[in-house]
Amino acid sequence: MAAGERRQRFAGVSDREVKRCYGPEDVANLDYARDLGNPGEYPYTRGVHPTMYRGKLWTMRQFAGFGTAEETNARFKFLLEQGQTGLSTAFDMPTLLGYDSDHPYANGEVGKLGVAIDSLKDFEILFDGIPLDKVSTSMTINPPASVMLAMYLAVAEQQGVSWDQVSGTIQNDILKDYIAQKTYIYPPEPSIRLITDVMAFTAKHVRKWNTISISGYHIREAGATAAQELAFTLADGMAYVEAGIKAGLDVDEFAPRLSFFFDVHNDFFEEIAKFRAARRIWARVMREKYGAKSPRSWMLRTHAQTAGVSLTAQQPENNIVRVAMQALAAVLGGTQSLHTNSYDEALALPTEEAVRIALRTQQIIAEESGVASVVDPLAGSYYVENLTNKLEEEANAYFTKIEALGGVVKAIEKNFFQQEIADSAYRFQRRVMKGDYRVVGVNAYADPDEKLETNILKINPEVQRRQIERTQQVRATRDQKKADEALAELHRASQTSENLMPHIVACVKAYCTVGEISGVWRDLWGEYREESVY
Amino acid sequence: MERKLRVLVAKLGLDAHDRGAKVVARAYRDAGFEVIYTGIYQRPEAVADAVIQEDVDVVAVSSLAGAHAVLIPQLIQLLKDQGVDDVLFLAGGVIPEDEVPQLLGAGVARVFGPGADLEEIIDYTKANVKRR
Repeated sequence: MAAGERRQRFAGVSDREVKRCYGPEDVANLDYARDLGNPGEYPYTRGVHPTMYRGKLWTMRQFAGFGTAEETNARFKFLLEQGQTGLSTAFDMPTLLGYDSDHPYANGEVGKLGVAIDSLKDFEILFDGIPLDKVSTSMTINPPASVMLAMYLAVAEQQGVSWDQVSGTIQNDILKDYIAQKTYIYPPEPSIRLITDVMAFTAKHVRKWNTISISGYHIREAGATAAQELAFTLADGMAYVEAGIKAGLDVDEFAPRLSFFFDVHNDFFEEIAKFRAARRIWARVMREKYGAKSPRSWMLRTHAQTAGVSLTAQQPENNIVRVAMQALAAVLGGTQSLHTNSYDEALALPTEEAVRIALRTQQIIAEESGVASVVDPLAGSYYVENLTNKLEEEANAYFTKIEALGGVVKAIEKNFFQQEIADSAYRFQRRVMKGDYRVVGVNAYADPDEKLETNILKINPEVQRRQIERTQQVRATRDQKKADEALAELHRASQTSENLMPHIVACVKAYCTVGEISGVWRDLWGEYREESVY
Repeated sequence: MERKLRVLVAKLGLDAHDRGAKVVARAYRDAGFEVIYTGIYQRPEAVADAVIQEDVDVVAVSSLAGAHAVLIPQLIQLLKDQGVDDVLFLAGGVIPEDEVPQLLGAGVARVFGPGADLEEIIDYTKANVKRR
């Protein structure tokens, strides 16, 4: 132990050892024009906009969804009334995996982790009274992402809003599902075809739509370090760019609609550096490796969410403080939109009261702290610039490794990412167990007399029954011939190289269900199965 | 030679959250257990079959998606129906406090919540395993 220090080794949540102090020698090779650039200039290390939050605050976008469409519609309206500026939809597990609520596998899961969506009827209720030309909506869903987009477009049409007026995002990032989130259905090849079909279709018809939200969030939550999150996410991004080019699309036509989604964890400066490094790497790769000409293709735009995994069930009020610090890091990192977790989310989906505090946290940062007044205020900090460089180097080392394994899909098949993440998760838990990483209220300052949880959100078991009833009624009252024909057309087209989006739109308009549409593909393409490593 | 204790770590239903299950599986392995991890998306029937075929002493079910109230009792009942009554059942994950009594009533010996200590899980398992 160095004299006068209280520990042998200082390391944060990613277990990266840090020095006592950083100085000019730690950023000796930093070249302002080459490595930073002004905000809004290549390589965008300092942010994608010259004015950043002086021009427009980040979008405050709380992820919400539970029960049936009615309950979630009410929560959406509550959030908009509270000053939220964009919507973000959470779906339940059966919807995420392409099962209708009356499928036997859905029993006990309907409406639990998000809203249950089976047919267009549910979407009509979900967005009832919400003008789709005024809000942007993010939908966190992957294999059925194209189906949700089709439903959204159908509802927009019903509202008299043209497709080029709607804006939003579908997550649609299957690679991170094989890596970490695990809500996959089909094998990689047809899954990626669905994604490139969406990219081609929206480039023509829904030009303001973000086609993929390339996500590090789930990779991090599954246990990855900051460097692994950064590297694996950007590697996925490059794989999508390559898939788009391979599908015959012009890179500058689809790349500007790719967006990102990162976690914001506890280690304050590491997180800020991660966002800065992400922008720099992406800009360089897009320009130099893929030859993109449009600055909009070079810019990494991102959503951020505070780290769910950092929340504790013990002394849950402490989570308000954790979330505030993480949110501040995301803002100093230059995020375009942000979800702040609610303090009760280690226990259940959040109550309205908890969500309000989470949203207010963002509003306090925006309105009171002063940090929204100056762009990238930490630039030039020896420590932050050094960390930004380090993260970029570590990510580059991973890119080389992934390439040597034959690319992202091959690396997934070899369980490379999965093993790396499981190793990090286990190493972290061992550190917590040994007290090497201290978690307030859990392995430090714990309250032995604490009684867990007071008021949490419960999903009424009636939800499942009501949802099944509605879906069965939709099936009983729709024009069955039209539904059958639409599904048959989808089945036919799925065996050709035709773009599937118009066929999916026809299916949802005929009130075919998510389970029926996914069923067509399950039959044709089969289901992906992983070999679990730990 | 003493037989190693055999533990089956299971994920039931459509719950994809597998970080905790994998960490616990590895902790059991490091503590000298023979570990079988089912992977995600398992039906109770398939897990019951695995419990019998693998002849395990302990079944540890991880749940973070709210379907435990339906699926864990189903699993235990399936095993009871096949005459399996000497297995230690444990549950862990995000399980609301007021749903714990129902799981205990169904035959789960203990529910470990978020933040549970790995050593405590191992020690409890060793001390409470029913078969020797």
